[in-house]
Amino acid sequence: MIVLRHAVLALAAPLALTACDKAPELDQTGARPQLPAQKETLLPPMKIARPAGWNGAMPSVPQGFTITPIATGLKVPRQTLVLPNGDVLVSEGLGGGAPKLRPKDVIAGYIKSLGKSGTKGGNRVTLLRDRDGDGRYELQTVLIDDLNAPYGLALVDGDLYVADQDALLRFRYRDGATRIDGTGEVVTKLPANPNHHWTKSLTASADGTRLYVGIGSNSNVGERGMALEEERAVVWEIDRESGAHRTYASGIRNPTALAINPATQALWAAVNERDELGTDLVPDYMTSVKPGAFYGWPYSYYGNHVDPRVHPQKPEMVRKAIAPDYALGSHVAALGLTFLTGGGFGGNYADGAFVGEHGSWNRRQLAGYKVVWIPFTNGRPSGKPRDFVTGFIGPDGKARGRPVGVTYDPVRRALLVADDLSNTVWRITPSAAR
Amino acid sequence: MPLHPLHGILLAFPVALFPCALAADVTYLNSSEMQWSNFAAWLIAGALVFTGLSLAWTLARVAMRRAGSRWLAIVLAALFVAGLVNAFQHSHDGWSSVGTTGLALSVISIVLALAAGWIGYTVPREVRA
Repeated sequence: MIVLRHAVLALAAPLALTACDKAPELDQTGARPQLPAQKETLLPPMKIARPAGWNGAMPSVPQGFTITPIATGLKVPRQTLVLPNGDVLVSEGLGGGAPKLRPKDVIAGYIKSLGKSGTKGGNRVTLLRDRDGDGRYELQTVLIDDLNAPYGLALVDGDLYVADQDALLRFRYRDGATRIDGTGEVVTKLPANPNHHWTKSLTASADGTRLYVGIGSNSNVGERGMALEEERAVVWEIDRESGAHRTYASGIRNPTALAINPATQALWAAVNERDELGTDLVPDYMTSVKPGAFYGWPYSYYGNHVDPRVHPQKPEMVRKAIAPDYALGSHVAALGLTFLTGGGFGGNYADGAFVGEHGSWNRRQLAGYKVVWIPFTNGRPSGKPRDFVTGFIGPDGKARGRPVGVTYDPVRRALLVADDLSNTVWRITPSAAR
Repeated sequence: MPLHPLHGILLAFPVALFPCALAADVTYLNSSEMQWSNFAAWLIAGALVFTGLSLAWTLARVAMRRAGSRWLAIVLAALFVAGLVNAFQHSHDGWSSVGTTGLALSVISIVLALAAGWIGYTVPREVRA
């Protein structure tokens, strides 16, 4: 009898494990993501995809599309911008500079560095030019040098705006320029002391009078003290002429990419939500950014889901918090957002947005590491995200690349993807167009 | 045989640092001021390093069959485990860095650290005589 019981246990144990591994897949994309119970484990679930070279391999794109690298050897490319003459600008930088306050900061910094390229940020904007329109960008040259971790880029009315990690800069741009000297004019300083989430995303309003800058939080969930979170986890609206700003939206943890929805002219953001509440919390999202709205961070997420790690808690803030429009999945690390205009690629890819997902660290099964397509109808998301560029994780489980900024070039009908692991800019075009 | 003076110094750290960590924890729970939890995290990490060194030395004494070392090794091993779990607990963000678990582990660590000190610093009777 005892022997039998042991045999049953021996059989049951692996079954129990399998059952655990195959927890029902949650639906964590779209307007109403499933949000499981919070799970704070002694150590957070972690998996870092170690870097490996492409070695001739390429990312995969859907049938009917072609992908080519148009620039390599960059120094941590982040965001891209297409100029009126077709030149492509690439911001290159690696910022940050929050002091290490506790043993965890030292250890976590090391662990996350295992998934990065180790390249020093270029602190510059590189220009790529395709002189003859054959899709090969023969010229790769530094347009602006000596920047401080540039990220967001925008061109308005002949002025080039660059969002450094500590200031929004303006440079006079002449059509066809391949070099801009000088340090630029400071439109406004940006919160940067310290800079935990340092990336300053940038876009201009449809009429060009306002600039929007996304300013990430200084911590995961306020654990550096809320004094450091003044003017953090916000989107600033900046008057382009005067440089005066107001807080456009708040509680928006890390708005890493901003874009104007061409159908509604509304501001949209890709936002990274908090970590260490479990494998399936909290889904990153994209959302239209409503003026004056509070998106919950750090007190709550997706409306009134209270985060117990914030103390003292603020029920009055939780009541104010609104849920974002569209979840992208937990820990995917959305860093790029671009809308299609002018009919896009046609067919299944006429109206919608692309999102670049840098990839996870805070879960056992990797998430992200791809570019997804989200169909829109009448300016609203109208379907589930679909993989568009994949293959960034090789069959050996190592990362070949990590997507950051995505930009649609409506004139040449191409999608640009900055990859800050292989230091490449990829370009995806419909095959027939070549 | 009494502890080597250097071993005694190593053992002094957990005896001093774990109570400091508890004091920092209590202050954090009373103030919600994160820096106190950061202090606790460093104190626990420091205490853990010296607990480990002291444990290694004690295990060497056990291997050399030095009298009175086995209990010290057992208590230090238990202290190391409690301290390690507590270090991970304190790596959580915000309020979760302490909580009931962290506070309980800090108290358990003090009890074990004092026990280790008591055993380690007790001069064996045959030496005293």
